[in-house]
Amino acid sequence: MLLPSRPSRVAAWVLFFVLFVPVFGLPIVVVGAASVAGQWNDVLPSHLTLRHLHDAFVSNAGIELLTSLATGIIASVVALVIGTWAALAVRALRRRGAKVIGTLFVLPIAVPSVSVGLGLLVAFSRPPFLLNGTSVIVVIAHVVLVTAFAFSSVSAGLARLPAHFEQVAASLGGRPAYVLFRVTLPLLTPSLVAAAGLCFALSMGELGATIMVYPPGWVTLPVGIFALTDRGAVFDGAALTVLLLVLTLVVLVAVSRIRTRASYR
Amino acid sequence: MADAAVMPGFPRAAAGAKAAVRARPGIRFDRVTVAYRSTVALADFSLDVEPGEVMALLGPSGSGKTTALRTVAGFVTPTSGRVFLGDTDVTSMPAHQRGIGMVVQQYALFPHMRVEQNVAFGLRAAGASRATIAPRVTECLTMVGMAAYARRYPHELSGGQQQRVAIARALAIRPRVLLLDEPLSALDAQLRSGMLNEIARLHRELPDVTILYVTHDQVEALTLADRIAVMNDSRLVDVGTAQSLYQQPPSDFTATFVGNANLVPVTVEAFDAARQEARVRFAACSVVVRANGGVTPGERRTLCVRPHALALEPPAAGANAIEARVVEVQWRGSAHRLYLEIDGIELRADSKPLREPPHRGERLIVHFAAHDATLLAAAQADRGSADHRG
Ligand SMILES: Nc1ncnc2c1ncn2[C@@H]1O[C@H](COP(=O)(O)OP(=O)(O)OP(=O)(O)O)[C@@H](O)[C@H]1O
Ligand SMILES: [Mg+2]
Repeated sequence: MLLPSRPSRVAAWVLFFVLFVPVFGLPIVVVGAASVAGQWNDVLPSHLTLRHLHDAFVSNAGIELLTSLATGIIASVVALVIGTWAALAVRALRRRGAKVIGTLFVLPIAVPSVSVGLGLLVAFSRPPFLLNGTSVIVVIAHVVLVTAFAFSSVSAGLARLPAHFEQVAASLGGRPAYVLFRVTLPLLTPSLVAAAGLCFALSMGELGATIMVYPPGWVTLPVGIFALTDRGAVFDGAALTVLLLVLTLVVLVAVSRIRTRASYR
Repeated sequence: MADAAVMPGFPRAAAGAKAAVRARPGIRFDRVTVAYRSTVALADFSLDVEPGEVMALLGPSGSGKTTALRTVAGFVTPTSGRVFLGDTDVTSMPAHQRGIGMVVQQYALFPHMRVEQNVAFGLRAAGASRATIAPRVTECLTMVGMAAYARRYPHELSGGQQQRVAIARALAIRPRVLLLDEPLSALDAQLRSGMLNEIARLHRELPDVTILYVTHDQVEALTLADRIAVMNDSRLVDVGTAQSLYQQPPSDFTATFVGNANLVPVTVEAFDAARQEARVRFAACSVVVRANGGVTPGERRTLCVRPHALALEPPAAGANAIEARVVEVQWRGSAHRLYLEIDGIELRADSKPLREPPHRGERLIVHFAAHDATLLAAAQADRGSADHRG
């Protein structure tokens, strides 16, 4: 236990309730409440109803949900592969240039996602890269945005990995690729799992870039939620948000249950 | 091939078959220098390890032992100089083609693999068949007494058990060269002496394997090694058999590092060529010591005498006797260590446990036989006498 004494533990819990519950918990509670509200004129919602949630299921939200899910999974997998490869490459370079490349990878985080979307739109709007109006451009936008997180997470994991595992593996005759797949990547599993979860969650909530590039046939859930609330259908938007939250949570829990024997270390 | 008698029935599968390592390779360092940015970790290091020999690299922390080992393993590329395995120049050969078994201080068992998978790693990497792997793994685990633990994960083993598995894993590829980097330093004293015996036994069972054994523990080096290379300050100081380094240390550093010798600056008074003995003087004492090779009267030399050679009772008729004052007495279980002083010169003496140990400040007579003391060159004496406390 990080906090051994009783008073300090009590203080930690108090801090948690005072700070974290309002800041992180309240928005979710409000959204949850709104999703079952018939009206919300007072402090609390009234005329509670399951109509919005029901509508969410029967409307085309189901398709939006699948769209988000597909985008999220594909984007996370691609981002994970690119991010891991980049992290390995940067480590192998061990030069001053490596740091620059590492920084470049993280840069998309600092740019408004709307700008990223705009950039992609401009870049892929004319031949030979005519992806405008396809689902691919949405996935690319997500990949660009979440790869930075995959890269950072895997880089941190690599930095923590003691060199002697790979060296011993090499001395036993393991060729570089063999060592990578049998030793390095298995030992990185905790970082890879964390990165996958993070990328997926980010992708599921991505709006700024998506809204710039999405074609009519590839509407993700956040875009749908934005459209609904923009039209004033706040409670329906809230219902969709609950759906999004639950789905993301289910996937994240499933990912986190991937056995990570490497963490027995 | 000679090793077929040791492990019958196994075709050689070591390391990608490209392994440069031929039948009985030794290791040769040819003026190897390794520099990390500003620090020179290994300076102009030349050493020949004979095939089938156990060579200990002995030296204090930071003296470059691990660096030397890593140049053989292929994890460090020398800044200059060459490394040979047998006749093959391996200086720039990738580690995975060298076919060298290596055991590092941290064991580095792969945590996501069972013991048997760890041991099989090198064989799998070389593409050995299932039928080859299983019996070889069992054999190697049996050799280190770990066959019963094959299905466990490393985190389910004690430190000593992990160490054994690490050795089995290195042996499984049937290396011609085995590198051991302080393999016992993480074990407690009792386990350490047990493992020391086991490594000695393993070497008797695998007489063709050339072993480079890094340690800062002189007992390990003296027990295991055919020869010892003493290192200090990134350099090779001395190399020789354990016995010669111990009895006739070529330098004051080796004299102090191997066996904690007392070093005393002396002046030669007379030399008896027939007996190869010299009479030397320090402070008010005049003693007779061994002087192989001869000395000339008036010459300044360094007297080297081991703490356990200094006895309170005369070991033989005609032994030297000197009077000293007791500065400090320590009981060490199997011995009493006495810190003595003669006119500002300090001496350490290890005697068998005394029923009535002397008191501080007491004056007593210590003895040593002439053949238990040797003379070193004097050039190093001043430095030696300055740092011989220990
Ligand atoms: N990767 C590195 N980068 C910079 N300096 C290093 C590196 N590895 C070792 N050194 C330096 O090189 C010198 C020799 O190190 P080395 O590890 O060979 O010593 P050692 O004799 O094995 O010591 P120990 O008994 O403590 O393991 C030390 O001064 C060390 O600080
Ligand atoms: Mg070392």
